[in-house]
This record gives sequence, C-alpha cells and structure tokens, in this order.
Amino acid sequence: MQPPPQSRPASDHKAQPFQLRGSVHTILCLRLLAPTDPEFLPLLRDKVAHSPDFFRDAPLVLDLAPVADTPPIDLAAFVAELRRMRLFPIGVQNATPPWQEAARSAGLALFGAGGSGSFPDRAASARARPAPPAGRRGAGLVITEPVRGGQQVCCPEGDLVVLAPVGHGAELVAAGHIHVYGPLRGRAFAGVDGDARAMIFCDQLEAELVAIAGVYLVAEDIDPRLRGRRVRVWSEGERLVMVPVP
Amino acid sequence: MSQVIVVTSGKGGVGKTTSAAAIGAGLALKGKKTCVIDFDVGLRNLDLVMGVERRVVFDFINVINDGIRLHQALIKDKRIEGLYILPTSQTRDKDALTREGVERVIEELKQDFDYVICDSPAGIEKGAFMALYFADEAIVVTNPEVSSVRDADRILGILNSKSRRAERGEPPMKQHLLLTRYDLERVARGEMLKLEDVVEILAIPVLGVIPEDDAVLQCSNNGMPVVLEPKSIAAQAYMDAVRRLLGETVELRFTTPPKKSFVNWLLRRSA
Repeated sequence: MQPPPQSRPASDHKAQPFQLRGSVHTILCLRLLAPTDPEFLPLLRDKVAHSPDFFRDAPLVLDLAPVADTPPIDLAAFVAELRRMRLFPIGVQNATPPWQEAARSAGLALFGAGGSGSFPDRAASARARPAPPAGRRGAGLVITEPVRGGQQVCCPEGDLVVLAPVGHGAELVAAGHIHVYGPLRGRAFAGVDGDARAMIFCDQLEAELVAIAGVYLVAEDIDPRLRGRRVRVWSEGERLVMVPVP
Repeated sequence: MSQVIVVTSGKGGVGKTTSAAAIGAGLALKGKKTCVIDFDVGLRNLDLVMGVERRVVFDFINVINDGIRLHQALIKDKRIEGLYILPTSQTRDKDALTREGVERVIEELKQDFDYVICDSPAGIEKGAFMALYFADEAIVVTNPEVSSVRDADRILGILNSKSRRAERGEPPMKQHLLLTRYDLERVARGEMLKLEDVVEILAIPVLGVIPEDDAVLQCSNNGMPVVLEPKSIAAQAYMDAVRRLLGETVELRFTTPPKKSFVNWLLRRSA
C-alpha cells in the first residue's frame, strides 16, 4: 500500500489548488469574408492602426461562416500575421470539418455557432438570425452621483440609468439600454451581452465612444452636428444610427 | 468639532500648496486653530511657501516612523496666531507614509486643532491617496484649462470611492471647487475655460475663484501666505473662500473683467 501523501505546505490552506468556474466575456469577432484577398492583411493592419489602444492584444475569434464552402487556408501562418498586428486569435466559430482540422493544427479553440458575436449575413438575410437574448433578465441600476473620469459603472444584467454627468474617461457598461440624463462625455457600451436592440440615450452627447453590442463609433466619427444635443443611438445592421430627440 | 480638509488636484502646478497655505492662514486669521500638513514627501514645498523652512527640525515622517513626538515637529507660525505647520521630509519617499501612522497623527491633531489641512502631492499615487483618505472635506484646485479640469474630475472620482468615508459607507466627503489662476482677459479672449464651463463639467459647488495675480508669486517667493498681503485681489479672493468654508454666504468677486476706466488706465501706467 502507498503511504499517505505528504502533508501540504502550511501556506497552502485550500483543499483544492484551483477553482473551475464559468465566465462570460465579450470578444471581438473577425469575420473572414475573403481571407485570400491580397489586400486583406494591409486593410486590417490599417484598421488596427486607427485605434491601437482598442485593439492591442485583443482576444479575437475568427468567424469562418462566409468561407465554409472554400478549402481551408494555412491558419497557422494567418494567426502569426495577426499576432504581428498585436491581435490575439484564440479560436474559430462556424467552422466546417476541414476548417476545424486546420484550426486544431493551428492551436485554435473551436467555438460553436457564434451567438452574440455573429454578424448579420447580408447575403442570406432571410436565414434566421441567432435569437437575441430573451428579454432583459436582471435588475437595472440607477446612479445619482456624477460618474468621474477613471470610474466604470457596470450593470451586467439590465438597463443603466445615470441622473448626473458622466465625465471624460468614465465608462458606462450595461447589458441593456443606457440612459444619461446629463452630459455624456465618457464612453458608453450598451448591449454588451450582444443585445443589438439595446440603445443609448443622453441629454447632451459629448461622448468619447458609443458602442452597442460591439459596434462602436469614436468621437471623431460622430457627426459634429450632434455634439451637445439630446440624442438616441441604436444599432441597425452593422452600423450605429444617431438621431437627435426633441 | 475638528475638520480634516484635503487640498488636492490631480494635476501638478495648479496651486495646491499656495492654496493650502493661504486657506490655512486664512482660517487662523479667522480665529480657528489650524494645522497644515505637507504630504508631498520628497519634494517639500509647504514650509518654503509658508516661510518656516529654516525652523524645520523634525518632520511628519519622523513622527510616523521614528518615535518623535508631534509637538516636537509642529512649527508655530510667528505671524499668525493659531497657525501651525507640519513639514515633511525631503530625504524620504512616499512609501514612508503608512496608513496607520497617518491616522495616528491626524487623530492626535484633531484633539487639538479646529482645522487640519492636508496639502496633497500631485498625481493619484500613494501620497495623494494618503492625503485624502482621512479627509472630511476636499478642496479640489483646478486651473481654467482642459487637462487640469480632467484631472480634477478623476480626483473627484477617487474621493468618492477610495476615501475612508466611502469605504465605511459614511456620508460622502464635502467637495469644493477652487478655481485658481483665473485670468479674466484670457478667459474673455476664449483662451481659457470660463468658470461656468468648469462648474458644468465638475458639477460641485464653487468655494472660490482666485484671479491671476502677481502677488501670489511674490508672496510665495518670500515665504508668506498670500492672505498676509490683504490689498492684493488674490488675498481678498482667498479670504472670501475661507468665509464660504466657514459657512458664510459671500458673493463671488473678480470673475468679470473690471471696467477699463481712465483712472484704471492711469494706475496701470504708473504701476
């Protein structure tokens, strides 16, 4: 019989050396429409160079749905190119068996059919979109104090309502809608679980960035005529629509 | 009831130490026993600005770490009754500040003083954090320019989340805005933010607006809190701020350009 295992060092107070838990992350999704196009990498590099902070070391899932019918490319080499741009591919979704094989040998994880991250398919828009999350699940959150630069307010389950100014450099994150009854000068991320029906409302739009279900606009791309106005933002397909509200 | 007030800003060079000295001196002139503590360990400016640098023997860090008694380190101002300075060390760094040590010193000062003014270092690192942690009120100093206002906003967030009051769930710290180096001509020309713009961004009540005034630099170079130059407009504006701090209602002055009269023009020429 084996002797009982040596007792653990005193510093190790836990019975188990690890904990295994589920967690949900919002991850960028790169949809490969024409990965063999010689312009693919230069164009992507351009895009990344535009917002380096946003993309730096960002984990990435490659969506292979559009290339399902084409033979797989050398994913390992492709991933190496992305790494060079400081993107961090971690897996693929919507992969057909030959692509799955390529992904495995490139060391990429296989994700199921994309849920929130999947893009609406213009070519086959008749095909049912993946069901958006059923209703807003949880409690909303009402903030009455100003949200200052450097602060992040997160409402992971419902709508976020702020009854005070949101400063430059502050971040609002909500699974549902975001309402700001005051100036919005920081960043607002609505529908972070992928709910593209979420909207952003604010009394005075001066935001650094607005995003709904991962589709974002930075201040520079926001129509200057909307600055300082009461605005509603929603997502339509792959773009954000902003209109002044009276 | 003793009040601990932190004078802070985030950004450097906006006038924290000048304001801490002026407000500390102003409170003492109003008959409140006041101690001003320099939290800028390693840089040490407060004793210079208050003109006591040649009388420093022991400092704040000695009291925290080296078993020196508080009364050995406190320096009594010779010009204003009831004004004391607790200088800091130039040879140590901010790691010498421990939360327990700072708490012990502040609690001891509260026994004896009506007001304890903590002159915070710039930045949002340990020194600034220690200066604000035990405060009951905060005076956020900002200049009428964008980066300074941004940093003030950031500091307000930290006051609301990282102070002892916030951690204990006590009523939030009272926050005051002190706008310094307000240059009326440059504001009028649109080169600097207007008072209203700053208030709109920071959304806290105004304690005072200190106009740009040469007397501030002169006093600081001479080791004199500017309130001791009562004719200067900066001194008057600081004293107004002190009155507001004590609960009086005082109308804002020096926020609109003076009328350019002939007499003014003559005065300016002769100056």
